[in-house]
Amino acid sequence: MTVDIGVPAEPEPSGGPDLVQLLTPEGQRREHPDYPLDITAEQIRGLYRDLVLVRRIDVEATALQRQGELGIWASLLGQEAAQIGSGRALRPNDMAFPSYREHGVAWCRGVQPGELLSLYRGNDFGGWNPRDRMMSLYSIVIGAHALHATGYAMGMQRDGGEDAVIAYFGDGASSQGDVNEAFVWASVFNAPVVFFCQNNQWAISEPIEKQSRIPLFQRARGFGFPGVRVDGNDVLGCLAVTRAALDAARTGQGPTFIEAWTYRMGAHTTSDDPTRYRLATELEIWRLRDPIERVKAYLSRSGEADAAFFDAIEAEATELAAQVRRACVEMADPEPLEIFAEVYAEPTPHLQAQRDGFAAYLDSFEEVRH
Amino acid sequence: MGTYTLAKALNEGLRAAMDADPKVLIMGEDVGKLGGVFRVTDGLQKDFGEDRVIDTPLAESGIIGTAIGLAMRGYRPICEIQFDGFVYPAFDQIVSQLAKMHYRSKGTVSLPVTVRIPFGGGIGAVEHHSESPEAYFSHTAGLKVVACSNPADAFHMIQQSVASDDPVIFLEPKRRYWEKAEFDPTATPDPLHQARVVRTGSDLTIAAYGPMVKVALDAATAAEDDGRQLEVIDLRSLSPLDSDTVVQSVRRTGRLVVVHEAPVTLGLGSELAARVTEQAFYSLEAPVLRVGGFDTPYPPSRLEEDFLPDLDRVLDAVDRSMAF
Repeated sequence: MTVDIGVPAEPEPSGGPDLVQLLTPEGQRREHPDYPLDITAEQIRGLYRDLVLVRRIDVEATALQRQGELGIWASLLGQEAAQIGSGRALRPNDMAFPSYREHGVAWCRGVQPGELLSLYRGNDFGGWNPRDRMMSLYSIVIGAHALHATGYAMGMQRDGGEDAVIAYFGDGASSQGDVNEAFVWASVFNAPVVFFCQNNQWAISEPIEKQSRIPLFQRARGFGFPGVRVDGNDVLGCLAVTRAALDAARTGQGPTFIEAWTYRMGAHTTSDDPTRYRLATELEIWRLRDPIERVKAYLSRSGEADAAFFDAIEAEATELAAQVRRACVEMADPEPLEIFAEVYAEPTPHLQAQRDGFAAYLDSFEEVRH
Repeated sequence: MGTYTLAKALNEGLRAAMDADPKVLIMGEDVGKLGGVFRVTDGLQKDFGEDRVIDTPLAESGIIGTAIGLAMRGYRPICEIQFDGFVYPAFDQIVSQLAKMHYRSKGTVSLPVTVRIPFGGGIGAVEHHSESPEAYFSHTAGLKVVACSNPADAFHMIQQSVASDDPVIFLEPKRRYWEKAEFDPTATPDPLHQARVVRTGSDLTIAAYGPMVKVALDAATAAEDDGRQLEVIDLRSLSPLDSDTVVQSVRRTGRLVVVHEAPVTLGLGSELAARVTEQAFYSLEAPVLRVGGFDTPYPPSRLEEDFLPDLDRVLDAVDRSMAF
């Protein structure tokens, strides 16, 4: 017997009538009354460059995993526009709290390829200094960092100024208690935080219907702040919507929930096999909504970029891929005694003794090594 | 000098910490107008304002998770968990986030967060209000765990915990909140992570912390009538655990009884027994004995006097050790 849970509404594959879109999949510019976007052709070319380069980083990292240089990789394929659009809406003093797939956001925050890959190579838990990049380390526990983001925003609020926080998570995380608690806190304290949810339709093998019976962006209203659904494959839409939400946060209007309607074109990670749970036809639908092709179509058709420009970006991507590879394979393995490093800000004699004991143990093999 | 209850001493310690550093915040359920259900934060919101003494929504994971974010921004939050048994919704934030951030970030992010938890039983409370969760946190690398047993330590240790750049789980013996003692607030305190010999003796060592220190001292007084001189150590710090002080004592007395309210299996007594066996094996005249809670859930309050170690159960262990 199967319990009757009713029939969940089929998600509207197009994103539905509330979807904010400033650039169609065919590359047509659209205006939206709530989200005017003042942007130059040069800036759009810059976004195109970002999109192409982060996709290339992703392709190279996937290859590195297949060749045994990375332990695992979480591909951002298909989600480039959501990450570049929102990432480029940030100001230098804003703070980003990513999940573990935000390689495009990391790119926007100036995280270097080696700093990004060291986690997936197993050398450390993230190679960048969160204070320098104004981006916290990747968060592996789903949704836990939504609370950190909210607390950080409460700190900004107490410091004064016009800084804001953005928290990234996915559709699966929207079910987590911590994310819902973050919504409560942000609302009650009117914290300057933007919740940027990339709804890529899949939480490993679970479709969005397993997380929610209503569109995610509609949940925000119940917590007391606005929710908006944007075409997550439209870099211009993501930029405009995120910029508006950050501006609201900066000016004391509290949090906003953004649902970026997108699709995880690849596997959950390199350890996953999506052919076990989803159909290729779905992939085909989303391939036609590719976030990069539409920008290229727009730039070509409007005459704002020529073949030489696209060739130059390709060449830059090829060079970047080589850099990524070098940064990865040349990374030195950590030393065994690094196990003990930085457990505490104020080290304890007990742990020091444990470290010394292990060092002496390792030294006892010196003769064998020589 | 002044006479304070343990709760008032904590209150004064918190006030001093907030006076000393404008980045210090207090957050928790009912900590504002009410002053906390035990009144430990009484009057602080009135004097420091709602931005520094924050009444939070009722969600413990949220309290710790937002405190982590505030600490990342440069604040020093002091979180109150209303009762021991309510800390578990925050377990992930404490164990996976608070404890690991400094390590994860290779030392670039410190989280000076103090988590105050009234712990232990003996007040006739309903379920989830009398637990002793210290072993979970002492088992977790990256956290420091301390327990005060008296007003003077409460006053000084809370300030030392707030000043620490590491996250500190600060355990308060709730059944001792109303016990008074005289102390000098201007005295220089012992280092936070150092145990203290609170009574000297030559026949046997009792190690205890938090609410059980008084029980251990009472047992030592009673044992004196039988001609036995018991040494009592207040461990004070559970992680790092100052076992050196205990080992030195056992080298003189040859016998050790560890007392805590928490169930004995894999409790602090287990760790202490292992360390003393490793470091003072030839000094031991008897096996290390543990007196603690049984390996059961905390029982209904009409049974708690049977569950909790008391003077007689401690003396029974002393007898068994001396007779070995």
